[in-house]
Amino acid sequence: MSWETVIGLEIHVQLATKSKIFSGAATAYGADANTQACAVDLGLPGVLPVINEEAIRSAVKFGLAIDAQIAPHSVFARKNYFYPDLPKGYQISQFELPIVSGGTVEIQLQDGIKKTINVTRAHLEEDAGKSVHEGFGNLTGIDLNRAGTPLIEIVSEPEMCSAEEAVAYMKKIHTLVRYLEISDGNMQEGSFRCDANVSIRASGETSLGTRAEIKNINSFRFVEQAINHEVERQIDILEEGGKVVQETRLYDPDKNETRSMRSKEEANDYRYFPDPDLLPVELSRDEIDAIRTQLPELPDARRSRFIKELALSEYDSESLTANKEIADYFESALSAAGGEAKLCSNWVMGELSAALNRENKEISESPVSANMLGQLVLRIKDNTISNNIAKQVFEAMWNGEGDADGIIEARGLKQLTDSGEIEKLVDDVISDNPEQVEQFRNSPEEKRGKLIGFFVGQVMKKSRGKANPQQVNQLLSEKLNG
Amino acid sequence: MFQHTIAELSQLLQSKSISSVALTRAYIERCESLDTELNCFITLTPELALQQAKAADDRIQSGTSEALTGIPIAHKDIFCSKNIKTSCGSKMLDNFVAPYDATVVERLANAGMVTLGKTNMDEFAMGSSNETSFYGPALNPWDKQRVPGGSSGGSASAVAARLVAGATGTDTGGSIRQPAAMCGITGLKPTYGRVSRYGMIAYASSLDQGGPLTQTAEDAAMLLSTMAGFDERDSTSVDRPVDNYNSELTNKLDGIKIGLPKEFFNQNLDSDIGDNINSAIKILKECGAVFKEIELPNSHLSIPAYYVVAPAECSSNLERYDGVRYGYRCEDPKDLADLYCRSRGESFGEEVKRRIMIGTYVLSSGYYDAYYLQAQKIRRLIRDDFQQAFNDVDIILGPTTPTTAFKLNENMDDPVSMYLSDIYTVSANLAGLPGISIPSGFSNGLPVGMQLMGNYFQESKLLNIAHQYQLQTDWHKQIPGEFKES
Repeated sequence: MSWETVIGLEIHVQLATKSKIFSGAATAYGADANTQACAVDLGLPGVLPVINEEAIRSAVKFGLAIDAQIAPHSVFARKNYFYPDLPKGYQISQFELPIVSGGTVEIQLQDGIKKTINVTRAHLEEDAGKSVHEGFGNLTGIDLNRAGTPLIEIVSEPEMCSAEEAVAYMKKIHTLVRYLEISDGNMQEGSFRCDANVSIRASGETSLGTRAEIKNINSFRFVEQAINHEVERQIDILEEGGKVVQETRLYDPDKNETRSMRSKEEANDYRYFPDPDLLPVELSRDEIDAIRTQLPELPDARRSRFIKELALSEYDSESLTANKEIADYFESALSAAGGEAKLCSNWVMGELSAALNRENKEISESPVSANMLGQLVLRIKDNTISNNIAKQVFEAMWNGEGDADGIIEARGLKQLTDSGEIEKLVDDVISDNPEQVEQFRNSPEEKRGKLIGFFVGQVMKKSRGKANPQQVNQLLSEKLNG
Repeated sequence: MFQHTIAELSQLLQSKSISSVALTRAYIERCESLDTELNCFITLTPELALQQAKAADDRIQSGTSEALTGIPIAHKDIFCSKNIKTSCGSKMLDNFVAPYDATVVERLANAGMVTLGKTNMDEFAMGSSNETSFYGPALNPWDKQRVPGGSSGGSASAVAARLVAGATGTDTGGSIRQPAAMCGITGLKPTYGRVSRYGMIAYASSLDQGGPLTQTAEDAAMLLSTMAGFDERDSTSVDRPVDNYNSELTNKLDGIKIGLPKEFFNQNLDSDIGDNINSAIKILKECGAVFKEIELPNSHLSIPAYYVVAPAECSSNLERYDGVRYGYRCEDPKDLADLYCRSRGESFGEEVKRRIMIGTYVLSSGYYDAYYLQAQKIRRLIRDDFQQAFNDVDIILGPTTPTTAFKLNENMDDPVSMYLSDIYTVSANLAGLPGISIPSGFSNGLPVGMQLMGNYFQESKLLNIAHQYQLQTDWHKQIPGEFKES
């Protein structure tokens, strides 16, 4: 029997507002426990929430970016449940009337196939605090620094049918929120995490199977592993004649398995109702349009522009635009180089990416600035140095030896273009290697192209890489063939 | 001296005929000696009071004082007050010392008022008799066998017995107006959103509203002027200028149209109270008011709707009391569930538990539409009834309560008859309208209250009519015999 997988994702994105969604306390990560929790975050008697307008703008930006409807009237609701790190005993969220509904996201898969995933809704809500189980003996510590941090929860339709699609979708949302600068997207710090609803059904079946919800997955790799594992688990159950139970499961990356957290029967009745402490969020057409004007160029548009205006390949354009900082870097380098998009793209995705990966650095931490790389490309372009020499220059820039021009000057790397000098080198090589010249001249025409490489190499070696390869090539073929 | 109103005390202080310290000392002594009988206060704050009184005297001396500077006031123990126990009448918060001031407390303190203490109340403001207080009921100074009403019973009783010239209260279904009526004083519930709820411990957030309890409408106008106004910390407070209530008090009532809802004058009303209200109507007619019968056809639905909406909100509002961060925590909890169950079970009283249970039920999945949504629809009907009525009349008048103060324990075993004590007051909360109760006479030696309700932000008009009525009557000047100065 063959099975097909159905996946829906709920992605929680922490918004990069300075203060919390309903209080003035700071949201910075990593502060000492409970130092960023004010009376409102602690849920003291008598305190009241006040909405952070920036959080609303962020959610609207996201909605506009996925071409969704922005509700002119949305409502905060209370989701009631008891938990020690939930200070008020309810989470302020949105239920019946979310701020964003019905958008779309296009994903591209490994084989180049594109697919549109529908986003059901995105709503604003507050994060809970953290329970800390280590260091308190048999007690539990509560850190409420995170309590009240603004989140948008983005809910997809159950339309993805493989872990690969789910990861592509999650990455696309990640790219979007980073482009919009509404989240730092930091997955280690929990700023971007997801719950995956996974079910399987017999191929061709139209109704959905019973789903399991895997909670709180915080890396692209874990999403893939968790889904794949869960699909296998469900197939095993069904093939052995069992039934999948609707439940919440937790993914354990150490053991690469999911395990049950609670069943449907144990699920809370959240008793949602509109929060009487907050007014509905009213957004006029004008306000929404004003936010629209603040939207940056989005990844899809940027990719198309790279293909159309810069004549880059689809692959290059996709890779460069997947990360806003990289795309920004690329465009700055390109403008410093005064053109040569393909060459800039090669350098950004080649030497630069390799160096960043090697030292595990973000592009923002690169010792070689976009301007410096642009200058280097410029020197390749104007034949001051060859591509090979440029690699040396890049390494030197990376190691802090200054900019391209300075390094070329200091190391005397300027390309040899004086034809007289090059001719002398060519003549030397020809007279030093009579055997090879003999062999070359006795070879048929079609083999000569390959054999000439030896002489080019010798000339380049003699020039310590500085001779202009085109000129060398031309002179050699004139002299050897002639 | 204790018969003085806030307006009178203000003149005495401003003319330096008396110092705030002397006045405050006198009130502290009176409270310390007489409150043992009435149990109006949960906490007296003599040290803070004297400190504030000294500062007030300095302001008066330096010419930077305001009308309220130096006058003692008591706050219902539902308002958070910095570094002072704020219990909300509950064992749950018996150990809770608020780290901040409620906006109302802060505004009155900034005006130079002197905090005398925190008054007794029904637990979490749930009750109509003060009997659900963890600290035992405050008593009615007119008859100590009787309740002062609730939930702001401590404030009402204290003002009636002249232990303090004015007090704050909160009104969710009648909790200012009903005890004001039962204790023979003036109590104003402002329009929802007029007074900030920040720091006012929530019972039912969409209904709760703070307001003053005083001897006179004039005093209520003075306190409201300071209490009212937009507060950015309360999203439901309304950003709209505060009227000059005191300057409107002297307006004549000629031609003012007052509606009498026929549903408020039916068989449920004690006949003595009915007669009493009719006498009050006669006086207002003499002042030039014109009366007209009106209909509030959905008012019979107000109590059922209230007892869905208020418990629903309270069930959620009280979830924060979980024994984790502050408040009562049970001894040696076995596990998390045990911590929750016993901390809440051991510290909430019967009425609070009852309302949490009702509220949890009406919000639960499968019942939400039938109860909570239905009640919200009724709220709209009630609001529409009032808007309809206000097309014809300026003000609506009726009794505040169906009976005078009842005896202690009389209604404790019968929640429904207790709930019916708020039958005339609840609809103003459901609609968010302002209402005032003023003393209109006595029935068998117990005070009777008359209620005026106005359209949104018509507090000036309510206070104006109440003041004009008080110029013609002296019911508001009556002091229970035992508490008169010899």
